[in-house]
Amino acid sequence: MFNMLLPVTDNTVSDNTVTEGSPNRAPATGAAMTAPGARRFEARDIAVIAVFAAITAALGLLPAIYLPISPVPITAQTFGVILAGAVIGGRRAFASQLLFLALVAIGLPILAGGRGGIGVFASPTVGFLIAFPIVAGLIGWATRAVGAPYRIVPGLVINTAFGIGLTYLFGWTGMLATTHLGPRAAFVALAPFLIGDAVKVVLATATAKGVHASYPGLLSRRRPHGAGPHPA
Amino acid sequence: MRIELERVTHTFGEGSTARTVLRDLTLTLTERRIGVIGHNGSGKSTFLRLLNALVLPTSGRVRVDGLDTARDAKELRRRIGFLFTDPDAQIIMPTVAEDVAFGLRRSGLSRSEVDRRVRDLLVRFRLDGHADHPAHLLSGGQKQLLALASVLITEPLALVMDEPTTLLDLRNAAMIGRVVANLDETVLLATHHLELLEGFERVLVFHEGRVVADAAPEVAIAAYRDLMGREP
Amino acid sequence: MRTSSLGLFRPGDSPVHRMPAGWKLLILLVLGVASVLTQHWWGVSAALLVATIGSYRAAGFGVGVLWAQVRPLWFLLGFTAVVQVITVGWQRAVGVSGSIVVLVAVAALVTLTTPTSALVDTVVRLARPLAPLHVDPERLGLFLMVGVRCVPLVADLARQVREAQIARRATTSTRAFVVPLVVRSLREADALGEALVARGVDD
Repeated sequence: MFNMLLPVTDNTVSDNTVTEGSPNRAPATGAAMTAPGARRFEARDIAVIAVFAAITAALGLLPAIYLPISPVPITAQTFGVILAGAVIGGRRAFASQLLFLALVAIGLPILAGGRGGIGVFASPTVGFLIAFPIVAGLIGWATRAVGAPYRIVPGLVINTAFGIGLTYLFGWTGMLATTHLGPRAAFVALAPFLIGDAVKVVLATATAKGVHASYPGLLSRRRPHGAGPHPA
Repeated sequence: MRIELERVTHTFGEGSTARTVLRDLTLTLTERRIGVIGHNGSGKSTFLRLLNALVLPTSGRVRVDGLDTARDAKELRRRIGFLFTDPDAQIIMPTVAEDVAFGLRRSGLSRSEVDRRVRDLLVRFRLDGHADHPAHLLSGGQKQLLALASVLITEPLALVMDEPTTLLDLRNAAMIGRVVANLDETVLLATHHLELLEGFERVLVFHEGRVVADAAPEVAIAAYRDLMGREP
Repeated sequence: MRTSSLGLFRPGDSPVHRMPAGWKLLILLVLGVASVLTQHWWGVSAALLVATIGSYRAAGFGVGVLWAQVRPLWFLLGFTAVVQVITVGWQRAVGVSGSIVVLVAVAALVTLTTPTSALVDTVVRLARPLAPLHVDPERLGLFLMVGVRCVPLVADLARQVREAQIARRATTSTRAFVVPLVVRSLREADALGEALVARGVDD
């Protein structure tokens, strides 16, 4: 999975990078375009990606709610997945949630409920976990395609389609693979969570709107001044 | 070290949100201790960032020992280390010793040589008792010492410091001031703690993107106080 | 969960500390895969639990340290166990809860006895054969390191935002919590990115 985290890199010509956006900051040395698709994340993108992986982790620290009828907990963690997509764009959002999963895999107890380690990828929630980067990436791609300013209605449509539709498709498939539940029973086990997830999608969309208002320029290719630290 | 700025102007943003933070700056700096003072937003930080190619001039040229920041950023950053205001934002690795060693990860030095240099620096800054501790658990003053050690490990010729004591209490600020005074390297220091500039050779006063005074510390600080007195 | 326990390596010289990080990760991997089976065999779960306590002892940690790792889970585990005892019997409850405790405790033991950089080095080494697939192992290691670093950083921001929220008595709104958290995180990312550039990451 890591080759997707790092779409490129050429060890010998590591100077060839393309900025995600920041015209006023110095680009990486000799910012030259390599072949299409062969793009490396530069340092500033790594920071944004890592911080959004950490936001998903922080939201997982909020207590999870377990219902006795299903092994899948209600957590704020998927809130972070939708937010990453709605805020930082597809490429970086995908990488951020993949990094989150990698951090879980090397043992940080940052999955909702304080879980971590490779073991979680054998649990019934594995489908939801695999969905994290894909959903974040697709939301980010669709959000960028709609463009600035961030609007609630298209945001809701995108976040519902991927954040609920696609997430449940993955989650349901994962449950079929790891439990002895039949397709219908697995769906019934997941259904109660739809209410919570609908609330989450609405909240995440409103939050994304608030973030874009406070930190403009994230949806355009180029980032205006005022976004960065210590502008003076 | 010879730093030359040639008609440097820097503008953040574009169109209606554009803001020019440095205006037509021409300077030659060769002193070993250079202070930079001025209000927040006067252009100090941007000026310092130009020297390390963190920011490139919108027009004009910045050269350090003949290296153009727009072309030779890599070589330049090898010669000039940068210390930021917030030590939390510049600590990259989880533990103290690992963070200091980070700068040498691609130096080609042996593990034992890296360990030796790290230990020497930690002893010098009295952090050796914390080598294996998580960096984020250090006190504010210790974090800034760690950040300084992490910069010094690559043996830069000059250090650029952007208000390194602004977030520290008086005792820690004085401690960092003593450490800075004893450095062998060339130092460019922006600060609001004017007493740190004692013994400096040259102090620049920035105001609205221009250098309005350029003199020995007492003269420059008097000009700065005068400037403050004239404002409403 | 206390964030200070994240990546909290405790130096030592026990056999567990000296075991190469790659072996520890392998054991964790095997336990993770095996947990699917051990959930059904309560005896195996119980035996692994005893072995886990033994490993903590071998690493020089008491039961208190083990308990500290598992404590964040006690409510969840207790709840699940009670439901299972009622619905499917105590054997299954021991099997499921036991294997979760084992996994969490062993994962924590790896973290407690291995410097994070050693874990990341191992991942980097394992990724080396992938270089022809355009994977840069060094870059991968950097991603993991910065990620490990950001978890306590953002958790601390979350705490600060929460405190500010309580001070302003806006205690119930999720949006009033997450918007400032994300905005401050973005600014933190800018500062961190700049520091990475200054320390030669892009060079």
